[in-house]
Amino acid sequence: MPPRLNIIVPVKRVIDYAIKPRVNSAKNIVETNGVKFSLNPFCEIAVEEAIRLRESKKDLVESITLVSAGSAKAQDALRSGLAMGADKATLIECPGIDDAKSLSLEPLAVAKLLKAYIDKEGANLVILGKQAIDDDSNQTGQMLAGLLNWPQATNASNVAVDDDGIVSVTREVDGGSETLSAPLPIVITTDLRLNVPRYTKLQDIMKAKKKKTDKLTPSDLGVDIAPRLEVVSLSDPPKRLGGSKVDSVDSLISKLKDVGAI
Amino acid sequence: FSRSLASLAVLEASAPSYNVISAAAKVGGPLTVLLAGSSAATAADAVSKVEGVSKVIIAANHAYDHGLAENFAPLIVENVKAGDFTHVFAPASAFGKNVLPRAAALLDSQQISDITEVTSEDTFVRPIYAGNVILTVKSSDFIKLITVRTSAFPEPTVGSGKASIESAVDPNAPATAAFVSEDLTVSERPDLGSAKKVVSGGRGLKDKENFDKVMYPLADALGAAVGASRAAVDSGFADNSLQVGQTGKVVAPDLYVAVGISGAIQHLAGMKDSKTIVAINKDADAPIFEVADIGLVADLFEAVPELTEKVKN
Repeated sequence: MPPRLNIIVPVKRVIDYAIKPRVNSAKNIVETNGVKFSLNPFCEIAVEEAIRLRESKKDLVESITLVSAGSAKAQDALRSGLAMGADKATLIECPGIDDAKSLSLEPLAVAKLLKAYIDKEGANLVILGKQAIDDDSNQTGQMLAGLLNWPQATNASNVAVDDDGIVSVTREVDGGSETLSAPLPIVITTDLRLNVPRYTKLQDIMKAKKKKTDKLTPSDLGVDIAPRLEVVSLSDPPKRLGGSKVDSVDSLISKLKDVGAI
Repeated sequence: FSRSLASLAVLEASAPSYNVISAAAKVGGPLTVLLAGSSAATAADAVSKVEGVSKVIIAANHAYDHGLAENFAPLIVENVKAGDFTHVFAPASAFGKNVLPRAAALLDSQQISDITEVTSEDTFVRPIYAGNVILTVKSSDFIKLITVRTSAFPEPTVGSGKASIESAVDPNAPATAAFVSEDLTVSERPDLGSAKKVVSGGRGLKDKENFDKVMYPLADALGAAVGASRAAVDSGFADNSLQVGQTGKVVAPDLYVAVGISGAIQHLAGMKDSKTIVAINKDADAPIFEVADIGLVADLFEAVPELTEKVKN
């Protein structure tokens, strides 16, 4: 019997990838005032993959639910995903978390929130981004899989589901790629080349406003989200004194010899 | 109340990253290395000679050969408990990134990813926002799990001493995912992750044929590894295993030559700690020139073959 997929796609709102974040002058937070935020690129790829699974075969996908944990502004990420084509969304609004304190909501806490949510709602496929481009942790999917005791397939560059509910995932690894297979339920994290997300048209964004968004809190889910890590300091990376130019290959070689590079 | 610090370094038996040992050694306290899989015993022999290693424990079970997290994470967890380890280190490689977080969740610990420094047993430094912000964090977790940016730590010395090699606890948890196949690039060139010289090609090379014709001879002339920008990989000029960047490989060679690469934030994240950066690009305004120690504004199709020829002689 062909499987029916109940897909949950966790998503995160992050500082837009084109922006170079800076530490504020007090050196205690990353500057977020007036900065553009977007749906995390890997999360966008995850939403796209869920929709493509639906488009690939009639009746394969029963539902696509987005979920995001964070401040009330995480709603923006959910709206983007709904506009792309997800069915409904849940915001897990976390007290004490805002743009300035985003690091305080840690991957382990998010994984626990997602586990509690999935235990409540049910799902047989979780697709999420391999990492958020703000904290670059690359942990949430793997942690969630561990808490659920489901198989995991990270850095996916291709996903296929067969009629027996066996999922084949090709993953990008250090030396190239490898393919794993596992029965549902499974957690998959997305990598860059899994797909190219669709653009959303204005009418999709308008339609998304009518889609259902629920709200929950960590306390509703019985999860303690207190952070384990304390931010001791934030600083700028060492500055490189770039900008020096040569005007010929000969000068280049000469300079390289000077610095002992060749 | 004073705890005895003890570190466990989880390395990939088929390709152990010794630099993780340098990081783990900074905690103080005895250092044990865990190796698992068919090649564990062979790897253990070499690892036991690395300075700083007190003991090597091996799970010589082929079920661990492919680093499947479903059985590897329980392997780590049982050995952490059996050995009373306070710290667990793994490389921030595809292997470490895959298995360690799952183990951290099972141990209810907030993992710290991709560290570049060990400040003390509870304080670590790591890059965030594609390396545009450097974060120092202090962990309150009883057991700390940490992945290491191996390019940020030195190679430990290999001594003549030999640490003891013993059996690890093997819970032999079921592997619910199955390894089907792999497609790995085989190359005689230096390994990108650890090479002292890297030449990297970008979108400016226009197609795969050009990438092959221009980059590989340069690499050979310099004895360098070959890397690529995301744009080059996405367009099929090079295999994904060559991608340098925020979510690809992070390298810090002595020499990094960026050819036809504009220098997007995400690319810089993967190479800006290189000792000497050279950029060859026909666009004088390309952001790469802001980080390049030596910049050459030129047509790469002329400049690179000329450079290759002259370096060879």
